[in-house]
Amino acid sequence: MARHIVPTRVYYFIFIALLILTGTTVWVAFIDLGVMNNVVALGIATLKAMLVVLYFMHVRYSSKLTWVYLAAGFLFLVILLSFTMSDFLTRHLLAVPQGWSLLQ
Amino acid sequence: MASQPHTLQHHFEDLEQQFESSSLGMWAFLVTEILFFGGLFTGYLVYRTKFPEAFHLGSSLLDVQLGAINTAVLICSSLTMALAVYWAQKGDKNKIVLFLSLTIVLGAAFLGVKAVEYSHKIHHHLLPGDGFTFEGPFADQVRIFLSFYFTMTGMHAFHMVIGIGLMIYLIVRARQGWYSSEYNTPVEMIGLYWHFVDIVWIYLFPLLYLIGRH
Amino acid sequence: MGTAVFNPREDQLAEHTNGSTKNYLNAGFSAKSWLLTIDHKRIAILYLLSITFFFFIGGIFAVLIRLELLTPQGDLMQAETYNKMFTMHGMVMIFFFLIPSIPAVLGNFLIPLMIGAKDLAFPRLNLLSWYIYFIGGLFTLAAIVFGGVDTGWTFYTPHSSTYSNTNVILAAVGVFVSGFSSILTGLNFLVTIHKMRAPGLTWFRLPLFVWAHYATSIIQVLGTPVVAITIVLVGLERLFHIGIFDPKLGGDPLLFQHLFWFYSHPAVYIMILPAMGVISEIVTCFAKKKIFGYSFIAFSSIAIAVLGFLVWGHHMFTSGQSNYASLVFSFLSFLVAIPSAIKVFNWTATLYKGSVSYQAPMLYAIGFIGLFTIGGLTGIFLGTLAVDVHVHDTYFVVAHFHYIMVGGAIMAYLGGMHFWWPKITGRLYPEGWARFSSLVIFVGFHLTFFPQFIVGYLGMPRRYHVYPDEFQILNVLSTAGATILGIGYLIPLIYFLWSLRYGKKSSTNPWNAKGLEWEQAASPPIKQNFEVTPVVLEDAYEYEPKVWLK
Repeated sequence: MARHIVPTRVYYFIFIALLILTGTTVWVAFIDLGVMNNVVALGIATLKAMLVVLYFMHVRYSSKLTWVYLAAGFLFLVILLSFTMSDFLTRHLLAVPQGWSLLQ
Repeated sequence: MASQPHTLQHHFEDLEQQFESSSLGMWAFLVTEILFFGGLFTGYLVYRTKFPEAFHLGSSLLDVQLGAINTAVLICSSLTMALAVYWAQKGDKNKIVLFLSLTIVLGAAFLGVKAVEYSHKIHHHLLPGDGFTFEGPFADQVRIFLSFYFTMTGMHAFHMVIGIGLMIYLIVRARQGWYSSEYNTPVEMIGLYWHFVDIVWIYLFPLLYLIGRH
Repeated sequence: MGTAVFNPREDQLAEHTNGSTKNYLNAGFSAKSWLLTIDHKRIAILYLLSITFFFFIGGIFAVLIRLELLTPQGDLMQAETYNKMFTMHGMVMIFFFLIPSIPAVLGNFLIPLMIGAKDLAFPRLNLLSWYIYFIGGLFTLAAIVFGGVDTGWTFYTPHSSTYSNTNVILAAVGVFVSGFSSILTGLNFLVTIHKMRAPGLTWFRLPLFVWAHYATSIIQVLGTPVVAITIVLVGLERLFHIGIFDPKLGGDPLLFQHLFWFYSHPAVYIMILPAMGVISEIVTCFAKKKIFGYSFIAFSSIAIAVLGFLVWGHHMFTSGQSNYASLVFSFLSFLVAIPSAIKVFNWTATLYKGSVSYQAPMLYAIGFIGLFTIGGLTGIFLGTLAVDVHVHDTYFVVAHFHYIMVGGAIMAYLGGMHFWWPKITGRLYPEGWARFSSLVIFVGFHLTFFPQFIVGYLGMPRRYHVYPDEFQILNVLSTAGATILGIGYLIPLIYFLWSLRYGKKSSTNPWNAKGLEWEQAASPPIKQNFEVTPVVLEDAYEYEPKVWLK
């Protein structure tokens, strides 16, 4: 059946890119960028993940349906993370004034 | 199990429908794995936000060099797995076996390093549980950090063991001549699984090993 | 009837040998041919037997609960024992009856038939799903036999993770394992519906039963893994004291609740969406009218699946969740009611000016529409923050979810079993007894659960085996109703079994229903479902064929 065969040089290129990105993330971790450390670390991790997904896992050459399934998975993970954090991060907001609630 | 591996299963119209179904099925399974690990990431995120200093301290107890080496090892294994799939698509039996074997060796190396890391922690009473002792500040919350370390990397390692088992199965079948340019679905599907396991580690490494290293 | 290129006569649907048809039921009689089958129809029967068994186990615990609640004092059992009763009742009913029931029995049997396929996409995975379910069930039975579990089906920490002295691990393993059965079934359905539809069967010609199961499968695949990992964490905490849920170490019980309810709220939609799919099929057939608003119903199923993932915090309004998050969850909970309401309007509109007949399936469907509406509306009351503060953890909540799960899901399940019984078994059930028992169930149901709304609103807490004296009369009514309901459930069991041997043999399409399973497959179907792959040329439910005026 005619399925696209990814040439090996693509794999080697992505491989090198992944190693470089790994080295970068370790190097940046030792530099103080404040809050941006987290952003950069997760950003690089996401970039690496995207490279694996698109090229090693062939999503770049796959049907839209595959992409939709994958996107749905991440979307619902984001929902789980963000809605849960929305509780823990806002505990102090809109809090009932002292003495009004038995639940405090 | 079909006696002839590369024939069409009775309920499919053609090989293309069969392959597309297998592919969609494997992707649906990987989506479940995203949510499965996602629960652990959620717990991690909640406690890292609640106890930033403890997580910083806990992370410093991990060996960045070993973690980085393991990351590189897994990336190499993803390359060899991708190449195994490539040679399966080309139908070269010996190369399939070669690259699957390399992937297994690299996976085993990863697990070996993890074993070294775990035994070090256990030796220093840093395994969360009744024997846990930590002489620094925030001991209770460092214990929570280490709980996530062990659970997340342990669950990841468990998935790797399963992956290695699946690859051994692939090698047995490959040597029997089951895979060709016409039919190589299992190699590609298990390849997807292995890459997914790699991606989980891609996130675990910075989140566990690189907190506040500056 | 013009649905397809090949218009089979009745005798062409199945091969006849010596006066009896060859079908999936007589294609092999050995235990091996059943226990190692990969035929989706036989797997559906395996599920039918096992979920019926677990329904009776769950029912026994219900009986014990209602017996204890006949009197205000705790005179039948101790508090700790009562805790085990409601825990086992909930756990068994939810995980081993309600969640598998319609998808694993009716979905498994009908989806390939409805889409013109020979089987599901992964037949062996389907069999594995059943074995996994069965093994999970064995672990849960072990938990029951070895002394029970007392955490509530909700397994809240730190009781479940630290302080409970009961068989939490065994029960947790049972639920964990059976969760994989649910995931794999959902996965199988998703791929099947995408890839195995017959020629001409576009998405918007699919029966709404199929749409409903597609939406359900989305939830099963996305939600169940989260409760799986949550159970693993509780198990690790219990076995190894890792400490993530331990408040003494800084662990937050609400983390467990977020992870648990992220699945368990969508889980209720796993239980109701297939039921709604059944009702759509029954209503259109017994009104002999194309369903009103097909695409609205189809899209509303997907909307319920998606929105259902955004509301879980409404179970945690009084747990200490932030007020801000509670506000957002409350608002979203109001939104999720809308697609369900759309379905109720559309079913009602289908009945309007239809030529309605009142056989047992239709009686169950009409009962569903009324009871689900009440259950759904009371859900809105509960989703309202100010009201929930008062009725949370009271019998009001218990009544609400029983209206939906028993008045809704179980009635739809029974309606579906009656509707498709001739297709599954080739026999007719006795219509008189069926109508009678549907009425017994309807009356028994109301008598059991309506008083619970009142007693809950008046303040009776749930999960308590004692209560103030003034609530006794309502509890006695409820127990009386439960007795009637129990009898109502036993009657179909008896006549269904009776019909297998003595029931009148059915024609292929006794209801004259539309749909590939009725028009192109025999009753019961042959092993490969269709002699010739159907080709679909028209929309679903064309009960009033278009008349072209000259």
